[in-house]
Amino acid sequence: MAEKEKKESLLDKLGESQVWKSIIRSGVPRSRRQRMYAVLGNVFLHLHPARVPKHAVKIGYTWCMGGLSFFLFVVLTITGILLMFYYRPTVEYAYTDIIDLTEQVPLGIMRELHRWGAHAMVLTVWLHMLRVFMTGSYKPPREFNWGVGVLLMTITLFLSFTGYLLPWDQLAIWAVTVGTNMARAHPFIGHEGPGASLLAIGDINLVHMGSDVRFALLGGRFVGEATLLRFYVLHCIAVPFIAMIFMAVHFWRIRKDGGISGPL
Amino acid sequence: MSYIKNLFDFLSAPTISFTLLTVAFPFIFPPSDWFDKKNKQWGIYKLWTNKGAFWIFMSITFFFVIGYFDPYFNLTMTKPDNIPIILMIYSMIFVIWLGMKQAYINDARLDRGEKPKEWNDPDDKVLVWPDLVYIELIALILFMVLLIVWSILIGAPLEEPANPAATPNPSKAPWYFLGLQEMLVYFDPWIAGIIFPIFIIVGMMAIPYMDINKKGDGYYSFKERRVGYFIFMYGWMVLWVFLIVIGTFFRGPNWNFFGPFEWWDPHKVVPLTNINLSEYVWVKLLNKGLPTSILAREAVGFVAVVGYLFVMPLLLAKTKLKKLYEHYGPVRYSTLMLFGLTMFSLPIKMYLRWLFNLKYIIAIPEWFFNI
Repeated sequence: MAEKEKKESLLDKLGESQVWKSIIRSGVPRSRRQRMYAVLGNVFLHLHPARVPKHAVKIGYTWCMGGLSFFLFVVLTITGILLMFYYRPTVEYAYTDIIDLTEQVPLGIMRELHRWGAHAMVLTVWLHMLRVFMTGSYKPPREFNWGVGVLLMTITLFLSFTGYLLPWDQLAIWAVTVGTNMARAHPFIGHEGPGASLLAIGDINLVHMGSDVRFALLGGRFVGEATLLRFYVLHCIAVPFIAMIFMAVHFWRIRKDGGISGPL
Repeated sequence: MSYIKNLFDFLSAPTISFTLLTVAFPFIFPPSDWFDKKNKQWGIYKLWTNKGAFWIFMSITFFFVIGYFDPYFNLTMTKPDNIPIILMIYSMIFVIWLGMKQAYINDARLDRGEKPKEWNDPDDKVLVWPDLVYIELIALILFMVLLIVWSILIGAPLEEPANPAATPNPSKAPWYFLGLQEMLVYFDPWIAGIIFPIFIIVGMMAIPYMDINKKGDGYYSFKERRVGYFIFMYGWMVLWVFLIVIGTFFRGPNWNFFGPFEWWDPHKVVPLTNINLSEYVWVKLLNKGLPTSILAREAVGFVAVVGYLFVMPLLLAKTKLKKLYEHYGPVRYSTLMLFGLTMFSLPIKMYLRWLFNLKYIIAIPEWFFNI
């Protein structure tokens, strides 16, 4: 053991070079102090504290589901960006572009990765929520973060839902038609919702098929060209942007609320 | 084999399967001493042992293996978009088993006066580098490999190009919303599609404020939080996950019920004999025509709904739930009641439909206000 420490490996030499030190800030993490520095001095790793309780590294406790959800979000962002290079959100091109992604690309599994990754993310988020419930981790002082988590779960579902339309196949438009039909029954602001008829001036209804919340969501009276563009923008820009804000809060609050939950 | 298949078809009808689940649920997650006694007596807790896991796994797999070789269920099961639901069934049950197993171990420890197994000396911590980051790295690589293999083996779902003129029958929402679509059978869109989702989201966010039991924070345990567990698990597993399973596997053309091994006959005729509460009262009970005034017509329905949602909690606060009310205070108590009663309104409406063919409790189609 002592022999080993005397021998300086290539890694150790690298660790002392100017380039390494400028990037990583500390040498090769060998001692306890250096290992703590490795976490504290790295913008990504310092999402974590330097030290965690023993049960926090047990798969049986965390099931890894929160981490995997975030990992899938990253995978989906990367594959999504690659898909955006080829996909055009118009009724004319959308479907054929999707076909081309598998037919014209060698080993074209980018859409598969994105699609299955999205389904997997819905599952991992649900399982993460179950874990947090089963360990009672929503209890004070973590009430607020549970609420943020519920919103993130809703956002995940909405991300998946907006992405569902983009292939522009039968599955897509009818699933979205069924889903968005709900909006017409929204109380007061859906044209078939209770109370919508109250919002009228004399005989003129303010809330009708061309002005209700479903119209705003679809950009029309039915799922069409405008809906495709709307869902594309929501899916690629708007909702991920909101998700990222909530994720930042979610991760920051884990640390502020005392790190991972555990028995006192 | 056909006998087993017929049995499955019979059991999976929502009336049967939902009832079985609802009746079995308090025995599986016992919320009170009596249920707990029965749970122990009948050995249901053995579900959360390795042997239990084996039998749960085998019975689900048995179903899917039979289903795979069945010409009809094979079509539903191997549809690419339904693959996540099979994964959901396995993973959801597995993690609940994993959590409950640890919960029972911890419950036994707490009984003996020991600390839960998650407890460690606060000073005895492990370093994130390398103890946590390498686990994360391994998990990440394994998961990525899994995802790539999955993507290579099974193509992403893609049907023929969109055609607004050809409505598929059945038209289904994305699989994670099928629970909501299933609720549409029992409630109008403004409740099943708008009010319920809002209540689910807000209600879930309100859980930490409604559950003020301080025990069981940061470790798996069942005994210390059994009522909370029961309510949450019933809401999540039965009213959400199970409804998704029904919506995916057992709902065919015209959203009619079909057993897993039945042919999806698009011409299946299901008589619509549902009638409204107002018709029950005015026509059947009082032998009169429906009154012209909407409010008079629906008065009984309004009384029922207001009574269920608002008067009943008030009465309960004075009588049976007096202790809970005093413990919770008015604001917390009414929040709990509002969300809890709304949640249980779903199974109640389901049974009213199945037992009495009740269509609407309040039926005012003139205002799109049907409950």
